[in-house]
Amino acid sequence: MGITARDLFLIAPELALTVGATVVVLSGLVSRQRQLTLVLALLGLAVTFAFAIALWDNVHANGAQSAFNDSLIVDKFALYIKFLVAGTAALVLIASSEYAERFRPYGSEFTGLVLFSAAGLMLLAAAADLITIYVSLELATLPVVALAAFVRTRIAPIEAGVKYLLLSAVSSAFLLYGFAFLYGASGTMQVVGGSSGAPTIAQALGEGSPDVPFGGLAIMAGAILATAGFGFKLSMVPFQMWTPDVYEGAPTPVGAFLATASKAAAFAVVLRLFYEALGGSSADWSTLFAALAAITMTIGNLVAIVQSNVKRLLGYSAIAHAGYLLIGVAAVTAHGQETQDAAGISSVLFYLAGYAAMTLAAFFAVIVLTQRSGDERIEAMAGMGKRAPLAALALAVALLGLTGIPPTVGFMGKLFLFNAAVNSGLVWLAVVGAVNSVVSAYYYVGIIRTMYLREPAGDASPVAAAFSGRLTLWITVAAILVLGFWPGGLLEVARTAASGLVS
Amino acid sequence: MLPEAAAWLIIGLPLLAGVFSIAVLRPWRRSLWRYAGHVGIAGTGAAFVLSLIAVNGAMGNGDAGYEPHAWFAVGALGAQDGFEMTVGIFLDPLSAIMAAVVSGVSMVVQVFSLGYMRKESDDANGEWSDYPRYFTYMSLFTASMLGLVLAYNLIQLFVFWELVGLFSYLLIGFWYHRPAAAAAAKKAFIVTRIGDFGFMLGILYLFLNRGEFTALGLNPFEIPAILDAAPMLSAGVATWVALGLFAGAAGKSAQFPLHTWLPDAMEGPTPVSSLIHAATMVAAGVFLVARLFGLFEESAAAMNTVAIIGGFTAVFAAAMGLAANDIKRVLAFSTVSQLGYMFLALGVGAPGVAMFHLFNHAFFKCLLFLGAGSVHHSVHTFDMRYMGGIRRWMPITYLTTLVGGLSLAGIFPLAGFWSKDEILTTAWSGSHAANSGVSQLVFWLALAAAFMTAFYVFRLIIMAFHDDFRGGIDSVPHEERIPDEAHHHVHRHESPLVMKLPLLVLAVFAVGSGFVANSLVDLGPVPAHWFSHLLHEDAPKFNIAIALTSTLVAVAGIGLAVLVYGTRTVSFDGLGRLWRFVHRLLVQRFYMDALYEDLIVRRALYRGLFLVSDWFDRRIVDGVADLAGWLGRNSGRAIAQLQTGHIQVYGVGVSMGAAVILIFYLMQR
Repeated sequence: MGITARDLFLIAPELALTVGATVVVLSGLVSRQRQLTLVLALLGLAVTFAFAIALWDNVHANGAQSAFNDSLIVDKFALYIKFLVAGTAALVLIASSEYAERFRPYGSEFTGLVLFSAAGLMLLAAAADLITIYVSLELATLPVVALAAFVRTRIAPIEAGVKYLLLSAVSSAFLLYGFAFLYGASGTMQVVGGSSGAPTIAQALGEGSPDVPFGGLAIMAGAILATAGFGFKLSMVPFQMWTPDVYEGAPTPVGAFLATASKAAAFAVVLRLFYEALGGSSADWSTLFAALAAITMTIGNLVAIVQSNVKRLLGYSAIAHAGYLLIGVAAVTAHGQETQDAAGISSVLFYLAGYAAMTLAAFFAVIVLTQRSGDERIEAMAGMGKRAPLAALALAVALLGLTGIPPTVGFMGKLFLFNAAVNSGLVWLAVVGAVNSVVSAYYYVGIIRTMYLREPAGDASPVAAAFSGRLTLWITVAAILVLGFWPGGLLEVARTAASGLVS
Repeated sequence: MLPEAAAWLIIGLPLLAGVFSIAVLRPWRRSLWRYAGHVGIAGTGAAFVLSLIAVNGAMGNGDAGYEPHAWFAVGALGAQDGFEMTVGIFLDPLSAIMAAVVSGVSMVVQVFSLGYMRKESDDANGEWSDYPRYFTYMSLFTASMLGLVLAYNLIQLFVFWELVGLFSYLLIGFWYHRPAAAAAAKKAFIVTRIGDFGFMLGILYLFLNRGEFTALGLNPFEIPAILDAAPMLSAGVATWVALGLFAGAAGKSAQFPLHTWLPDAMEGPTPVSSLIHAATMVAAGVFLVARLFGLFEESAAAMNTVAIIGGFTAVFAAAMGLAANDIKRVLAFSTVSQLGYMFLALGVGAPGVAMFHLFNHAFFKCLLFLGAGSVHHSVHTFDMRYMGGIRRWMPITYLTTLVGGLSLAGIFPLAGFWSKDEILTTAWSGSHAANSGVSQLVFWLALAAAFMTAFYVFRLIIMAFHDDFRGGIDSVPHEERIPDEAHHHVHRHESPLVMKLPLLVLAVFAVGSGFVANSLVDLGPVPAHWFSHLLHEDAPKFNIAIALTSTLVAVAGIGLAVLVYGTRTVSFDGLGRLWRFVHRLLVQRFYMDALYEDLIVRRALYRGLFLVSDWFDRRIVDGVADLAGWLGRNSGRAIAQLQTGHIQVYGVGVSMGAAVILIFYLMQR
């Protein structure tokens, strides 16, 4: 079976992004103007967006479609993640255009790698079989290794890059081992069915349970090993240990990208795998994810309390939020009614978008606040309320959002997640989540207090922010508040996307 | 019919005016501060015009049912545990009339304030510095009040209800540097909050019983839905929700036993007292009950409570008004008493009559307050003992106040007569009341209140305007003066035109609003009983016997006041100890403030409950919190020990993690 024009149309967003990335990298040969790089990258992302919107309409009219021999599935669920990834990449690139100055003369390579990684993440969201999942995951991961180590003149970024590389290799090994078990037990790679009619994992398991070698044991081992592999990307305890080191060592925009886009796509693939392929299996995945959620958020929050570096703290905050998101996964995998599954999935999708807005705002604010002194200690934030009013305000709003204070999107997102948990009978997990939110207030509000109530120790001059930085701060803060006040629109989109997965 | 966007503008324009004054004028345009008032008047005036169009539209085809807009939803819609929050505009004749009254009176008061606040702020520091702040509060208050009136959803209404409370707090404490004003603002906020707590409990009770609504396919918080569902609700739900809402209404409308804040609220600028504590905000409670009357109607207990509290307050407050010497306090007690009248009317089943009285009362009470402000403008004191004879140099103020006083006393054919008569007739007939005995009882209470009302208002007029001048601020002992006003002197002059004009406009309404709006016969363009029919209600049949009785009672009250304070042919002093005891009781306001503040708050709460709570909070609550914090920090530190930075450790962590999970699942099999 050859490649048809339809196949190309269905991966047009990724194609456009890859072409854009290539053009950006090549443009570096001609000009080192960072404005040019940024404009080209944004152009590529705009085309990507346009294609994704066209696909959304198409899927809306004709239903989900598979491409490339059923290795990719284009449904609204995948498209939602693609929008999120592309939007995040665009904001990260705009916000880092000033920061990228220090990458000279490799600014265009930096931009290109972000775009390549984004393309990998978008494919990951649409991957319909195990092999595609693995390949997309590697495509998304490898550029990040280079990005993390991009500043080669300092030791911390290189350490971050190496750690990320080695641990992602370990986790890939787990993942592949798990996939091997799944394939062995079911005899198929197919996560989502397609036009060819090849049996999916769910169908294979559903029909021939007696034929499964080692009974359900192989499925269980496969699922757990795959969870371990994905756990690395999700920053899930006990696979999270790289997170703070890499967030602290890597350039700040890379941290922002890792915390948002990368996490969104990883959650998407976990939801797809466990809902579509393993949803029918008899094992109780809900308890696994509920336990992991509780452990992940508790450890993330407790360790965050004692941190003194803002970026490292955001790393632990990312771990804690992985825990909150896992509440949604636990709710989805609980055996319940169909509608509740859709509610659980949509709550995860909603929170991914809201979390992206809050985390991006926090990282972008940190970019502005640390760009002159390079001092990332929380103490160095003292007096920033006066020195950099906009960035401090944005960081305050973002941190209040991450705590889950209304009227931010963080509150609404947590409300939906906890609600999904309660509806799935996981009341205890919602309680653990709520208690964790209280704990998190301690260190989030601590930063706000330092910024507004402490006097700066030394330098008290204003910290200026470039236009690009201010723009992204305004956008993300507006998103946090607007989605907090009017969550209805996004929630509706998330519901539509979730129903794509359910049906 | 008004398009929906225009209906939103009724709220939006005053809001915009307020935001403009505080966010643009105040920080950026010092030279234009003097025009802050004009901005506010423009915004409120535009809202007034829109409200009039809305009233006109409501006359034609009844209710303007705008569809509400979804705000957010929680849980699965239609399911037992799901509910949707909606916002919208509910523009029916009731809210249209109320919006017109609020915006109209607010506009007139702001015009008056142009003159009144000019002097007040000018004297303070020779600038216009108070102007933007004052008119911002005024505009935002008006916007909140209009938002309350037009709310579609009970929670939406509650939000605006609280905003109204906030701006009332800010305006009472406008002169925040005066301790009395700051204390009064706090008191108003806290006492109304007690009522609001009841309001909130009512909302929560509604929420807990939302199943009864979802079974009917209705949203439990939408006001029209509540009215539709009211007959189908179980009795307990209707009663408890209605009583909760009434607690909120009683707080806002200063009904017994939550009345103590209103007299103190007179510490605010006089136009504020006039707008907020006479004409509009305190009427919000009456409006709330009228708005949800369909719900109250379903519960005899709630109706009787409303009637009895209203009737009792009418007499109780009027009695305190008999002995007060501060002109604004007399008017404040009068307001409480008149609001009691309105609740009484609601309680005997006549929301249209109550709204009619609210409508008339807004004009004449606003007029009386502005008259008091005008007097203060000249003599710089509110104490009637130092006034007298002012009519000689303030003829316009005198005449308009006289008109307002006659209207309040209920003298034929002024506005107050008509609505008071309707209330008395309804109470007497008891045909709509839940309990005819209650209805009879409150009739006699209302009649007694009418007598006292006529007496105290003419006591006020005679003491302030007749007789000889007793020196104004110049005679007030220094220790009794408000520090800010210590340097003021009496200026024997009539107030400027911007102050006289509102008085005259309001005087016209105080004469005509009753007869013209709800006439017994057709009056050319205005059909008979226009007001009642607009609210889809039949006016009570005119009863000549009751009309004569109430007029006689009022004339008797006026006559007694003239005999005691005018000709001094009658004196109470002969009554001896009993009189002195009663007088002291009235001056001390039945010791209610003392009971609340000294006995309950200082003794019982401060020395009892609060001490215990304080100990519990310090030792137990803080102790647990400290322990939790200590545990959190130290366990965090302990776990952070694992984070060595060595990648080998991380790899081991990953492998061990996967192994532990696997083993766990294996063991379960």
